[in-house]
Amino acid sequence: MQVTSSVREPLVTGGKSYHDVTHDVARHVEAKPNIRWFLAFLTSAGVLALGSIALLATLWEGIGMWGLNKTVGWAWDITNFVWWVGIGHAGTLISAVLLLFRQKWRTSINRAAEAMTIFAVICAAMFPVIHMGRPWLGAYWALPLPNTFGSLWVNFNSPLLWDVFAISTYFSVSLVFWYIGLIPDFATIRDRATGLRRTIYGALSFGWDGAAKTWMRYESVSLILAGLATPLVLSVHTIVSFDFATSVIPGWHTTIFPPYFVAGAIFSGFAMVLTLMIVTRKVYKLEDYITIGHIELMNIVIIITGSIVGIAYITEFFIAWYSGVEAEQYAFINRATGPYWWAYWSMMTCNVISPQLFWFKKIRTSIVATFALSIVVNIGMWFERFVIIVTSLHRDYLPSSWAMFYPTWVDVGVYMFTFGLFFTLFFLFAKFFPVINMAEVKAVLKSSSEKVHK
Amino acid sequence: MEKDTHFILGVYDDEDVLLHAVEEVRGSGVRIHEVYSPYPVHGLEHVLGYKRTRLPIAAFLFGMLGTTLALTMQFYMMRFDWPMIIGGKDYAAFPDFIPVSFELTVLLASFGMVSVFMISSNLKPWAQPRIFDVRSTDDKHIMAIDIANNSALEVEKIKEILKSSGATEVNKKSFE
Repeated sequence: MQVTSSVREPLVTGGKSYHDVTHDVARHVEAKPNIRWFLAFLTSAGVLALGSIALLATLWEGIGMWGLNKTVGWAWDITNFVWWVGIGHAGTLISAVLLLFRQKWRTSINRAAEAMTIFAVICAAMFPVIHMGRPWLGAYWALPLPNTFGSLWVNFNSPLLWDVFAISTYFSVSLVFWYIGLIPDFATIRDRATGLRRTIYGALSFGWDGAAKTWMRYESVSLILAGLATPLVLSVHTIVSFDFATSVIPGWHTTIFPPYFVAGAIFSGFAMVLTLMIVTRKVYKLEDYITIGHIELMNIVIIITGSIVGIAYITEFFIAWYSGVEAEQYAFINRATGPYWWAYWSMMTCNVISPQLFWFKKIRTSIVATFALSIVVNIGMWFERFVIIVTSLHRDYLPSSWAMFYPTWVDVGVYMFTFGLFFTLFFLFAKFFPVINMAEVKAVLKSSSEKVHK
Repeated sequence: MEKDTHFILGVYDDEDVLLHAVEEVRGSGVRIHEVYSPYPVHGLEHVLGYKRTRLPIAAFLFGMLGTTLALTMQFYMMRFDWPMIIGGKDYAAFPDFIPVSFELTVLLASFGMVSVFMISSNLKPWAQPRIFDVRSTDDKHIMAIDIANNSALEVEKIKEILKSSGATEVNKKSFE
């Protein structure tokens, strides 16, 4: 029994059959990489190579190579960390939260979004590691290994340590979730291939045969992983916000931080998914799978989370005034009118005003406008973290310690390194892995396509 | 005839036809070896008469193990092995131990459950699966029937049952 709604737009357009789905996705894995792919890949690998000079400078000379000073002890490093980890929230949100809410449109975008999550978390995790200065000793500071560098054990009262557990758990659970979803699709590619490719994808597919019993277990595993990943994804950015919220710095110690950070993370993550997917669908001609409907739904998520973020900014300001705490009031007035006013107003424009344009249906269904705004949102979210971190620190409790932060070429270079890493990994993924979850799309195809509808 | 070597395969195009076919075929006394599908078909496990998977129980137990290990570790390190006053808090600052306990619960539940899944479904990189029909990972549902397991019925009779249940093709497949 299949009920077809005449009101709802189909999830997959173009009247695809099951075999068409296999063909449209798997042919990109099977085709020889073309010149455009090589150009894109070499460009990002080049950025990676250039950035690695800055990374080596950091590791060789120490974090004195960065623009930090004794007043502003966290700046680009932690800004970049929070920015990347925020981007890394969309994938698991799409695949886990939308699975629990039975949003079937997730099936076309979850694979690429999860890949993006994993690569973004790799980029994010790099910053806390290198900001330790001597990362080769980092295991003693970050993991519960007894040592005499400080106290015998790590400090479980510290949110920085909670972060170690949160980020590493998030990374490994996301990786497993992603890989479990890839196994049936690797089997599809294996069964279409011969020779070496068959051997490689055969090993990657773990001997998957699509038996009904295995599918039953697979469905159960997906559902439970989604149930576990949903509180996990919310916990990760909550704990990242604790890094600030449990401190005593005016501008940081606010109880609004956890929900505000989580909303911001989803906001920037969806923007990055859109940036990548708009290009991927065009290059791989996947317009029938990632439709305007998908883009519109993601834009709606952006309006909602962008508005939550906007309300959070205003609430912070109001509470600073209402608290009557002078230091707190000063921190916020200084953000908006002090020497970093330009960063604050860039953030306000990019994050609060620009997503409101998506209330217009013309704009949220326009690919060009969505692409442009998705980049604007991520610029805004970078400034948000910069504003929170640097403007709260640069006015110390002692006016004699007041200082400004100026990035050095090493700060810029390390940030470039993560961009190179992210895109290099993404291009490798787009070439060698199926970018759309074929099995899950086939499972929702029946309500979308006339060819398979009986 | 040897068991697990000679099979009759029914090929189905449509998931709804397949669901009815499984009921019909089982109703006429044929024992189905397994059904292979390119995507999860909801309700297939019910008509095949499979028992519900106990993987959720495994996940719960591994999760409890994670919570226990995390709390034991933190209390041991912070309260007993090397007590220190941090931020004027109690040695055993229980609320501070919750984030790490939560993360380790999720970590062990996920990895434990996935490991059990891998082992029970024989998923491993060096596994050599038996492929009845390569289209079963593309666009066809393949119903495999072990001839040796259905010695009471004639092969031609089984083929007829499959055909009348809606199979678009009926093939034979033998393994060494």
